[in-house]
Amino acid sequence: MTTVYINKQPIEIEFGSTIFEAAAKAGIKIPTLCHVENQIPKGACRVCMVDVEGAKSMVASCTTPVSEGMKITTNSKNVREARKFVVELLLSEHCGECKTCTRNNDCELQSLALELGVMDITYEGEKLKSYIDDSTPSLVRDSGKCIKCRRCITVCNEIQGVGSLFAQGRGFESRVGPAFDQQLDGVTCVQCGQCAAICPVGAITEKEHIDFVWEAIEDPSKFVVVQTAPAIRAALGECFDYEPGTLVTGKMVSALRLLGFDRVFDTNFTADLTIMEEGTELLMRLKKALVDKQQVALPQFTSCSPGWIKYAEYFYPEFLDNISTCKSPQQMFGTVAKTYYAKKAGVDPKDIIVVSVMPCTAKKFEAQRPEMNDSGFQDVDYVLTTRELGRMIKQSGIDFRALKDDVMDSPMGSGSGAADIFANTGGVMEAAIRTAYEIVTGRELPLENLHLQPVIGLEGVKKASLLIEGCRPEWNFLEGVELKVGVAHGLGNARKIIEAMRGGEEFHFIEVMTCPGGCIGGGGQPRFTTNEIRLKRIQAIYQEDEGKLIRKSHANPEVQQIYEEFLEKPYSHLAHKLLHTKYNSRLN
Amino acid sequence: MATQTTVEFQDCKGNQIHENELYERLLIIVKSQRTVPGALIPVLQTAQNLFGYLPEKALRMVSKELKLPYSEVAGVVGFYSYFSTTPKGKHTVRVCLGTACYVRGGQEVLKAMTKELGISVGDTTPDRKFSLEVGRCFGACGLAPVVMVGDETFQRVSPSKVNDILNSFD
Repeated sequence: MTTVYINKQPIEIEFGSTIFEAAAKAGIKIPTLCHVENQIPKGACRVCMVDVEGAKSMVASCTTPVSEGMKITTNSKNVREARKFVVELLLSEHCGECKTCTRNNDCELQSLALELGVMDITYEGEKLKSYIDDSTPSLVRDSGKCIKCRRCITVCNEIQGVGSLFAQGRGFESRVGPAFDQQLDGVTCVQCGQCAAICPVGAITEKEHIDFVWEAIEDPSKFVVVQTAPAIRAALGECFDYEPGTLVTGKMVSALRLLGFDRVFDTNFTADLTIMEEGTELLMRLKKALVDKQQVALPQFTSCSPGWIKYAEYFYPEFLDNISTCKSPQQMFGTVAKTYYAKKAGVDPKDIIVVSVMPCTAKKFEAQRPEMNDSGFQDVDYVLTTRELGRMIKQSGIDFRALKDDVMDSPMGSGSGAADIFANTGGVMEAAIRTAYEIVTGRELPLENLHLQPVIGLEGVKKASLLIEGCRPEWNFLEGVELKVGVAHGLGNARKIIEAMRGGEEFHFIEVMTCPGGCIGGGGQPRFTTNEIRLKRIQAIYQEDEGKLIRKSHANPEVQQIYEEFLEKPYSHLAHKLLHTKYNSRLN
Repeated sequence: MATQTTVEFQDCKGNQIHENELYERLLIIVKSQRTVPGALIPVLQTAQNLFGYLPEKALRMVSKELKLPYSEVAGVVGFYSYFSTTPKGKHTVRVCLGTACYVRGGQEVLKAMTKELGISVGDTTPDRKFSLEVGRCFGACGLAPVVMVGDETFQRVSPSKVNDILNSFD
């Protein structure tokens, strides 16, 4: 430990910490536009300048380590003017108009300019060239708005291990992007949108579907149904100034009705359906391996997260047979809405428009994958991020905070607690185990302490093993088997677990979620997400689960109903046709 | 990336050498550098020495073998003016525009060079004999303005000397 003085206040901090960390510990705010939690600081934005007694010039607090007795000033005329100067320079080349920017009122550069009292740009200089890359179905990049803070480079490379974005060129001509100014659709971008979630300005955003959705709602010939992923209810409130981790399920349903959707349904319904199909698939793979002694791809990977699917198609095509053939809950919903529900409600499926609200940008890509049309139509028509739903609610003039709670429609509007936790890292695994355990042993799991503790929380790679005992006769081959499961969130961690597998570590079932923290930390969630906020949203989701009477997927009566009336049983011929898919190597 | 024309390669003795052999050599070098931290820039320099420029295929090989994202390799190539992704002429002409050369007429020399060669900075003559670049100080300010052609240095160059300099190369 070492002692430093910030604005004369003594602060004890670990040796090797930076000034920025010391200030944060003391509750002293230093502005920054480039800092990324738990990552090596880049010192790119120069906004975090502080005065250090005896130093030649002002230093960037994020890259300067503390030394014993260091005397730091974060608030003086010099410091304030230096920061203001830096922001003025950034604004002088920033090619964007706040009034018409999607980040208006939600922009870190804009609010910092206000905070620092920038009232005038004294430097009239050359503006950045605005080059728009809207080549992918999910993301739009505008080089004119980019302030080259490099946060997106950090998440794309260090956290996700994708490496699509890097700094190109130098000087005023430098820009962030793929190699040799290619567009995102020409490189290995998985469209997770973590770059869009961390961008301080409007340089990377989701490709909006808002106008398409409004148009569909206005069209009297269309029957517009909406599904909402579990992660939305724990984050949408943040768009309306609720504390992170506030559950707004009931208000969200009310808002969706007021927006004009004909039916408000729940992706949780198909999350439960996913568990039925994916759990059955796992048990069948285990049976093939253990009883029939056949060659079968194990471990089985989960398939709910479209960024992870695309990542595997690019980087690990040799493991595509290991990925569950189950479509994601979003896609299962689209298919059953335009088959099962269309028939039940007597609506021509060609007139049904399925809108999803997802915490995710990659879901926009997934919805338009060419194979996702088993209903005979594009299964999911439009995908809104949580942020876009927030914007639509604002556009419609709804006073969200004043709304009363409402409940979703039937028969695709109810989900078990197991479906809720799909939003959290470890949640799909826990949900699968809740159901698989009961199928295999015939014994009910007690609701008390239902959580699978080792797979909960923000550790990057989590592992658990479960000894299977007391099997029903037909599952006797599993008696005494130690089921080894792994959970990874953030694609960099997915790579770690795959490398561990290659190194000989044994797993039977692995859950991968593309984004840190799982879907609650998705690329389409309200900005700005830190681990503290991730934990709050995770907690809210567990609270939603714990508040439900039905907490296991197989116990969801609407799920039982769809099997009775339509699909017959998990993995039936029809289920296979509608609910399962295949993957293609993108390696070239 | 610019489309690549057919390029003939020569070894240091001026003998024709097949492209595939250069890639084999590069592969051996890159593989030997796999575990070396900070290997990217030296490897790129080696690749450029082998090919005379950095063809896309070589960059992809470097990216794959060093396990670095292609975007990062491209970022480094684009950052340093030394690296080029287009084939160079047999001789690279570099006119210094560092401070000392600039104030002593470097700009005029460059203008003459541009006119004489009929190309702009960064380009190569159609006969692939000369490429034209701008240098930012060769560390020979006492000799300003300076022009380098390949490894050879020319001092106190005036616009009228440009023709003679170029004619001394075949």
